[in-house]
Amino acid sequence: MDLIVSLKPLFAVLISILVVPMIIWSGNRPNLREAWTFAAAGIKFLIVASMVPAVLGGATLEWTMVQVLPGAAIAFRVDAFGLLFALVSSFLWIVTSAYSIGYMRGLDEHGQTRYYCFFALSLSATVGVAFSANLLTLYLFYEMLSFATYPLVTHHQDMESRSSGRKYILYIVGSSIGLALPAMVYVYGVSGTLDFATQGIMPSSVPPAVLMALVLMFLFGFAKAGVMPFHSWLPAAMVAPTPVSALLHAVAVVKVGAFCIFRVLTGVMGADLLTGIGLGTVVCYIAAFTIIVSSLIALSQDGLKRRLAFSTIGQLSYIVLGAALLTPQGLTGGMLHIAMHAFGKITLFFCAGAIFVATGVKNISDMTGIGKRMPITMTAFFIGSLSVIGLPPCGGFISKWFLALGTLEARQYVMLVVILTSSLLNAAYFLPIVYRAFFCTAEESKFDNRMGEAPIWCLIPLKLTAFISILLFLFPQPFLDLAKLAVVQILGSK
Amino acid sequence: MSQHLPALPVIVPLLSALLITMLGWFKPRLSFPIALAALTVALLSAVGLMGRVLSSGAAAYGMGGWNPPWGIAYHVDHLNALVLIAVLAAALVGLIATRKCVKEEFAERIVPFYTLFVLFVTGLAGILLTGDAFNLYVLLEVASLTGYALIGIGEKRAPLAGLNYILMGTIGASFYLLGIGYLYLMTGTLNMADLAQRLPAVYDSHVVALAFFICLTGLFVKMAFFPLHGWLPNAYSHAPSAASILIAPLTTKVMIYVMIRLTLTVFTPDYAFDILDIGNAIVWLAVIAIVMGSALALAQNRLKHILSYIVVAEVGYMVGGFWLGNRAGMTGSILHIVNDAAMTLCVFLAAGALLTRIREDRLAGLQGMFRKMPLSMAALAAGGLSIIGVPPTCGFFSKWYLISGGIEAGHYGFVAALLFSSLVNVVLFFRIFEIAYFEPLGQGHGHHRNDPSPMAEAPTSMLAPLVVVAVLLVVLGLYSGNLVSAIIQYAIPAQII
Repeated sequence: MDLIVSLKPLFAVLISILVVPMIIWSGNRPNLREAWTFAAAGIKFLIVASMVPAVLGGATLEWTMVQVLPGAAIAFRVDAFGLLFALVSSFLWIVTSAYSIGYMRGLDEHGQTRYYCFFALSLSATVGVAFSANLLTLYLFYEMLSFATYPLVTHHQDMESRSSGRKYILYIVGSSIGLALPAMVYVYGVSGTLDFATQGIMPSSVPPAVLMALVLMFLFGFAKAGVMPFHSWLPAAMVAPTPVSALLHAVAVVKVGAFCIFRVLTGVMGADLLTGIGLGTVVCYIAAFTIIVSSLIALSQDGLKRRLAFSTIGQLSYIVLGAALLTPQGLTGGMLHIAMHAFGKITLFFCAGAIFVATGVKNISDMTGIGKRMPITMTAFFIGSLSVIGLPPCGGFISKWFLALGTLEARQYVMLVVILTSSLLNAAYFLPIVYRAFFCTAEESKFDNRMGEAPIWCLIPLKLTAFISILLFLFPQPFLDLAKLAVVQILGSK
Repeated sequence: MSQHLPALPVIVPLLSALLITMLGWFKPRLSFPIALAALTVALLSAVGLMGRVLSSGAAAYGMGGWNPPWGIAYHVDHLNALVLIAVLAAALVGLIATRKCVKEEFAERIVPFYTLFVLFVTGLAGILLTGDAFNLYVLLEVASLTGYALIGIGEKRAPLAGLNYILMGTIGASFYLLGIGYLYLMTGTLNMADLAQRLPAVYDSHVVALAFFICLTGLFVKMAFFPLHGWLPNAYSHAPSAASILIAPLTTKVMIYVMIRLTLTVFTPDYAFDILDIGNAIVWLAVIAIVMGSALALAQNRLKHILSYIVVAEVGYMVGGFWLGNRAGMTGSILHIVNDAAMTLCVFLAAGALLTRIREDRLAGLQGMFRKMPLSMAALAAGGLSIIGVPPTCGFFSKWYLISGGIEAGHYGFVAALLFSSLVNVVLFFRIFEIAYFEPLGQGHGHHRNDPSPMAEAPTSMLAPLVVVAVLLVVLGLYSGNLVSAIIQYAIPAQII
């Protein structure tokens, strides 16, 4: 495998930090201010995309910033898996920025300059996590993301957002300091390094019981992944403005959590080691529990965003499950699910936000008949639902297909049943929303027949992501190729 | 001239104290520039000393040309050169930042204030550089007496807090003196290098053990090691802003240094760790200090009180890390001396900046401060993150070494205490941030709230140093690897692994 020393990953991370002073400087001129965001988002995506050919050619790009501990530096390394995640999140930042304009101006929100600043910082941290070469750098950006998203979650600055903010910080920072940090120091102590490596870095002398404890500490310590019982910050965080919920709590933040767990299981612990002592199965069952229980809870939620949040909790555990299967197909499925679920779920959140901007409605029970009022939005909602359920012709089908194959490959037949059951549950909590939106009598409908969609800045992004969700079913190649290559990089060339 | 470099960090501030008093009689305005010049020279010579240590190793210097054992020896090595730079830099930044504060708070008493302050720095620099155990006591008293005065100079409850500090501080210093007396009795010398040579022969003596314990207890009082911390919170929080900014980052750190010096240089490491075998017990005391310091901080509702109790917990970090007795723990402890000086300076300076605009330091008074003073609050946030231990701020890296030292030593109580304290710090700082960010709480959706209060930052002379220190926290963090590999690893005796 070629190593290329390159500044690109550093720039990809830094660009959205560097734009923050510009955003503050042009705080009084909203159009210029948003232009900075778009410029940074565009450049970020281009930098990330420009690394695709090299990485697909089998190379990894590296940049070491500074050696902070012996054997552990703040360093970037771009491999196929990291690039896949960075591609998804940097692309969706562009889309979400457009959506933010529609949403924030549509509702005439306060503190928009602050909002765009912290959004930019969050994206720096997200890409930083994706490109981390070792656990220390990963942890650095993970914490940066925790703190940078706090002002976004609590944007409304009212009683409700304050208590949600408390929960958010307590769960996320509490678990990372209380569990992930000591586990990381322990790993450093026994292995003398923190660099992610093919088949992990743990020496064989570590007893299985300790490995078990470490795996659990990481699994729950990266609470952004929402593995139960460390999930309840996510529904609380729905108090944030919808673009934040869309990009951060369906894509960036939560998938950073899943990404971290994926990295730890594959790059720190190592697939062979975990399979050898059957630890993968333990994680599988924890993830399976989360998948089923969160879907059941989602059924009973009336707040649309809360239902989406519980759905996200379940879908995140699919990614964890994919990692824990530790087989090529399972890993591929888990990685693909990061991308596929991102496009599907962000569409759903965009729709929820569009509905709120256009009608002020938050609860599903008030949405009867809304399909006539907002046909485009609800069609996009339908497509997003299909993708998250995992039905063709949407991208979500592909990732679930690979996950299902992975369960067979790992001989975890129970997990196959879990995946199928969960898909049914997903259908059960999404499709009735669509059904009641379109099929209802005139008496039941809570809206008149006049069509009234959200502002155009809200509509275009949700059309785009819905369209891409279908496109990814037909052409999954960019992500599929990266995922397959990543599997080789993770497992070693077997 | 250059061979007298080790004397400069002490002599220059000392002489400047005379100069300030004399010239200040006619022109009080001159006090600040003289103090500034003196501390700058002192800092530069400290940097020069460090350069010399790095190039040619540790060196001794006979004050006034008198060689030990008759004269007073100064001794410069990696450890004290590093702490000296940290202390003098913090003092210099504090001096610059508090110029306006001092002018307002001590309109009539500028001259005594600056005189006391340079004398205070003289004492601290002397403690760091001296190679003589008795001389250390003298300089300790210089630093303490000026410290009492600086704190007691304030309004309202400050004199009482100062008095409390005097009582406790005097007891601490007397304990140290008593211990040194016993050592002199046993060995007939006060020079540290001499002591180190003669002591091993009498290690089995109970008098030596008693001397060690008494010295240590005295130092524990001076560094506010729980439960001997009683003097610190009130002294630091009732002191005038300027005094607490100048004193808080320095005193406890220098006392930690003395503890390290006593244990590693005057005695040999095997005495404390093997013969007396008290490492484990003291780490447990540190655990209690960390937990209690953090818990007591939670119970406070004034900004400076909270910060003061955090200092008490941080003392536990450094004491515990050192007494783990392994390289990682000691590295963490020494690194934390530097980092904690920067962090404490940052948060106390930020508190001082906030207090220039609000007279009341109750937390409730911080409402809306993120809007009114965004930069000061950002700096407080940076300091807070560093105290919590979030990378890449420096606080993370010293905590990293401390935790790995704890794991290496198998002392999981210490590890748990560190993590507990980090979590408590999260709560502490987010409580502050919440009040500053949310209140006055809007009911329901907070749309288009127009805050009537415009931005009103602290004066630039205070804000600029504050921002520099906040940035420094990150820079220190990023370069902590270099700091350890170039300096701190040589400050720890080779036999400690």
